[in-house]
Amino acid sequence: MNLDLRYTEDQELLRDSVRAMLADHAPWTRVLKVAESPEPDDADLWRLLAVETGLAALAVPEHLGGAGGGFAETAVVLEELGRACAPVPYLGTTVATRALLHLGDTDLLRTVAAGEVIALALPFSAGPPRDDREFVSKPEVQPHFVTRNSDLAARSEVEVTLSGDGEPLLNGAVHSVAEALRARVLLVPAGGGLYAVDTSAAGVRREQVVSLDETRPLCDVSLWNVPARLLASGERAAAALDAALVTGAALLASEQLGLAQWCLDTTVEHLRTRYQFGRAVGSFQALKHRLADLWVELAQARAVARHAAACVASEDPDARLAASLAQAHCGPVAVRAAEECVQLHGGIGFTWEHPAHLYLKRAKSAAIAYGTAAHHRTVLATLTDLTPA
Amino acid sequence: MAAPVTADDLLARVDGFLAAHDPAGDRLEFLRARFDAGLAWVHYPVGLGGIGAPRVLQSVVDQRFAAAGAPDNRPRRISIGLGMAAPTVLRHGTAAQRARYLRPLWTGEEVWCQLFSEPGAGSDLAGVATRAVRDGDGWLVDGQKVWTSMAHQARWGILLARTDPAVPKHQGLTYFVCDMHAPGVEVRPLRQATGEAEFNEVFLSGVRLADELRIGAVGEGWAVARTTLMNERVAIGGNALPREGGMIGVLARTWRERPELRTPALHDEVLRLWVRAEALRLTGVRLRQQLAAGEPGPEGSAMKLAFAALTQQISGVEVELLGAEGLRHDGWDATRPEEVDLIGRGATYRWLRAKGNSIEGGTSEILRNIVAERVLGLPAEPRTDTGAAWKDLPR
Repeated sequence: MNLDLRYTEDQELLRDSVRAMLADHAPWTRVLKVAESPEPDDADLWRLLAVETGLAALAVPEHLGGAGGGFAETAVVLEELGRACAPVPYLGTTVATRALLHLGDTDLLRTVAAGEVIALALPFSAGPPRDDREFVSKPEVQPHFVTRNSDLAARSEVEVTLSGDGEPLLNGAVHSVAEALRARVLLVPAGGGLYAVDTSAAGVRREQVVSLDETRPLCDVSLWNVPARLLASGERAAAALDAALVTGAALLASEQLGLAQWCLDTTVEHLRTRYQFGRAVGSFQALKHRLADLWVELAQARAVARHAAACVASEDPDARLAASLAQAHCGPVAVRAAEECVQLHGGIGFTWEHPAHLYLKRAKSAAIAYGTAAHHRTVLATLTDLTPA
Repeated sequence: MAAPVTADDLLARVDGFLAAHDPAGDRLEFLRARFDAGLAWVHYPVGLGGIGAPRVLQSVVDQRFAAAGAPDNRPRRISIGLGMAAPTVLRHGTAAQRARYLRPLWTGEEVWCQLFSEPGAGSDLAGVATRAVRDGDGWLVDGQKVWTSMAHQARWGILLARTDPAVPKHQGLTYFVCDMHAPGVEVRPLRQATGEAEFNEVFLSGVRLADELRIGAVGEGWAVARTTLMNERVAIGGNALPREGGMIGVLARTWRERPELRTPALHDEVLRLWVRAEALRLTGVRLRQQLAAGEPGPEGSAMKLAFAALTQQISGVEVELLGAEGLRHDGWDATRPEEVDLIGRGATYRWLRAKGNSIEGGTSEILRNIVAERVLGLPAEPRTDTGAAWKDLPR
């Protein structure tokens, strides 16, 4: 039985309203201004999304103060946020929400519903593991991500000690964490467990780093004797993290789809109106064939992204495969769309005063986030029994 | 207005039909009766093999007949008739033409072929040079067609011919049904790179066609042909397969079963192709869902473009994966296959046959123009050939 890969009427209405909101509140000139500012994101836009419209807690059940929607709807919002390259911590909060839903942590889900940012304290490059059996059999959750995903993470080991009265204290560092600078709570994998850390606690330090994608700046998190609440340990913690990272990989594809669609639309518009050699440059086959090919890629990316969102929304057993397929396919499509956008705009496309560079940087960062396409192909190799040489 | 037909209504009709007609009886009698009962193509009008039901319900009917062990009309053998001639006759034909052609077309009693492409008019189809000249109350046709599959078995051909060379090329065309049994029709097999002769050349020398064989008005042939071409692309792109159901399944099986062939570099190539094949498969699933819901999208063109590139690359990797075995071929015999089977033969056959995928049914280059202009709204190239009389064009 195939999942429905179309958009529902309600989802189209949701899209229209989010797009209209972003047109008013997040034109690219403002996105650039926020990216250039020391601010980590657009606080006004986040307030609008999280507090006034409740869109940030779409997936949180209504009895906990959320909107009681689902991840398929969340994916539609992400498409529009990708289209606007909007600087808000929506994706990360969605990923953290998935972990909290898995654990049934009503306190923190209420916090999300109240409009607070919650972030998973992992390098943004950390993707779902290659093999979930391998994943749960490891006693230590954290090093498992570390060795797999990046050498940066090798420095991010967080240790758990006990205070005098037996409360857990966290010590360590996590590098290149996304969407955590404004977070009220960090979900920290450490010592085989998953812990919640209040970022207002003494000993929590978040240092914003100069990021390739300044619309989603990263930070290095360090923890010195920080009191933490244990959310889960062992297999339960691992499963929650796994669900979160699968969701991240799956839903990021919708953001990438929206981004790629903006790049295609904007480039088409440019080629229709830009005249050289006495004709619209879009009439040259050398250019129009490139855009036709990009459209073909996008049509497929839409099916793949919708499939991933539908699998996550329905907790389909195929979700892990769908998420890895989504990142193996949609990440490179978004990068290509942004690269074509820059190239086909010619000189103006390479300037700071044109938005193309924002999308280029977002696309490349997103292609690494939650695992590269190459990482996800190795996940697929395991899932499809296409074993290496 | 009558209430829309539901799946349950159709299943009840099928069951009633099966109670009255033995699926194990005479094959043609069964198919004719099924047509007359409106259970052939259920979205067609009453009296023409359908009952005006939503097209999406066709699979419900087909599956019920298949489960009962009923004979089918061997759809792949008559795909040109089903996919191209039938929708054109339905849309542009007279009542008499619809009544004459559609029933034996659907039952497979009369095979159809397509007389469009010519040696001098491939991508530029509107430039066809085959002439149809008035001859009393009929027409006299002279010319040469090419790339014509099933012509050697066909009873009828859909024919695009020039009736007025003095006007611009799109305006001087007329669409006919060509009687393939008429004197002057000569079909010669055309061998292709695979060694087989799926296709034919068709020489038309003083072929006399009655005016009743004309579809649409004189000079309106291009508009009629566009109906045919639109359906051609849908017909090629619309297959729904399970995961690994197509050519990728062959490559994946070889990878799994032949560990001695594996190399690290080919591993990543196989995975990349697996990803693309699954992405394309899901695109087809989504396209079918849209069609079923009455929201046809332009993704059909995307399917055809991506399918051609993918089959070529998958089969290319498969040949390389096989190494020394990839140097051998399973035969160059000039067979006359009735349907293309990309799975049943060897890797080198797949690789060669796939080369045709980006040429047949509109080259990938022409499809890119279509996507760029009709989907993306980019302007057409400036042209010098659309305003002048066809006879004055350089060729």
